[in-house]
Amino acid sequence: MTKKRIVHYINQFFAGIGGEEKADVKPEKRDGVVGPGMAFKGQLTDVAEIVGTVICGDSYFNENEAEASETVLEMIKSYDPDIVIVGPSFNAGRYGVAAGAVAKLVDENLHLPVVGGMYPENPGFELYRKHGYFVEVGNSAATMRKAIPAMSAVVKQIIDGNKEITGYMPRGLRENVFREERGSKRAVEMLVNKIQGKEFTTEYPMPTFDRVDPAPAVKDITKARIALVSSGGPVPKGNPDHIESSSASKYGKYSLKDIDDFTPENGETAHGGYDPVYANEDLDRVLPVDVIKEMLANGEIGSLHDYWYATVGNGTSVANAKKFGTEIAAQLKEDGVDAVILTST
Amino acid sequence: MVKAIEATGLPIVHMCTIVPISKTVGANRIVPTVAIPYPLGNPELDPKDEKELRRKLVRKALKALETPVTEQTVFN
Repeated sequence: MTKKRIVHYINQFFAGIGGEEKADVKPEKRDGVVGPGMAFKGQLTDVAEIVGTVICGDSYFNENEAEASETVLEMIKSYDPDIVIVGPSFNAGRYGVAAGAVAKLVDENLHLPVVGGMYPENPGFELYRKHGYFVEVGNSAATMRKAIPAMSAVVKQIIDGNKEITGYMPRGLRENVFREERGSKRAVEMLVNKIQGKEFTTEYPMPTFDRVDPAPAVKDITKARIALVSSGGPVPKGNPDHIESSSASKYGKYSLKDIDDFTPENGETAHGGYDPVYANEDLDRVLPVDVIKEMLANGEIGSLHDYWYATVGNGTSVANAKKFGTEIAAQLKEDGVDAVILTST
Repeated sequence: MVKAIEATGLPIVHMCTIVPISKTVGANRIVPTVAIPYPLGNPELDPKDEKELRRKLVRKALKALETPVTEQTVFN
């Protein structure tokens, strides 16, 4: 059997180009394996060959999606692959979104199977689950050693032509199947089982839409009390609460009384995962305190909550983010805040 | 965090660069911003123009808070 041709998509970090300071590198391709591709090669050596690796900086991809997509797709196509592997991207948000977008490109344009690896909370999974076989992996690269065999197992099943592929997270796709018994009978049996407290398996699990209805609009913003919140990590210089640069376990509450404008002396970002140079130079770029204070002075807003709240969104668990939000909201309500601006990086 | 705050009935506007992520997490009022490391600025502009850019984005956010919405809305 001739070996299948695989193209591997990874970001600048796993290509060894660099961390955040290199997140804006443009797409490039290299023949053969790069970075984690080596481990895939070890797993797949009998059945497939990684013929090329396509690399793109996470920020570049997300900020220039149209351009990056076109280039990355051309690069992947140039290797004439049978299968494309993306990531694993763990719980890295921008990497996950880029890897998912690449899966979609390959799925829709080249009609090839894509295998990826993501932490279930990675936003890239929810967005692009339909377009590939995404294997559940841990939330950081420390779990790479587990991720590679799990993803390789799915790749092997595809190569073997298995009709039912297992070991990936549900894609949310439906397929037609024929059953012996008609739907009405199955439904009644299911209902009877349910009433009798017996076990039954639904044929159509209801999707969980974790949505919140939009709150009513503010009637007159010039009379409203506004609060500032951010997940971009804006903290007073020195990060007094030691908010973690990723997977934050807390948020900070800081007085706005004495700050009318951020400078390199009074503010910085605690956020890892993006180049902090611009935020540290002028934190107003993350939390617009200078213009909000100006708007307060000239009456564009009614009043301003005395504190800002900050945490780091990088890899932070949904459970923690929810908890922070609930606690912050309680304090805002108590102070009579009418509306909130939340900035993210 | 956006959702947990809005769940208490407070209108909230999410200013962020990667709009698809904001939609996935369930923000209802979204204002797209400049770039990941500087959502509300642009170091290539001179300070006066940069501040004007920020002013415009914040005004857009305030406008979003004043606008009734029934579903996820991106204010471009």
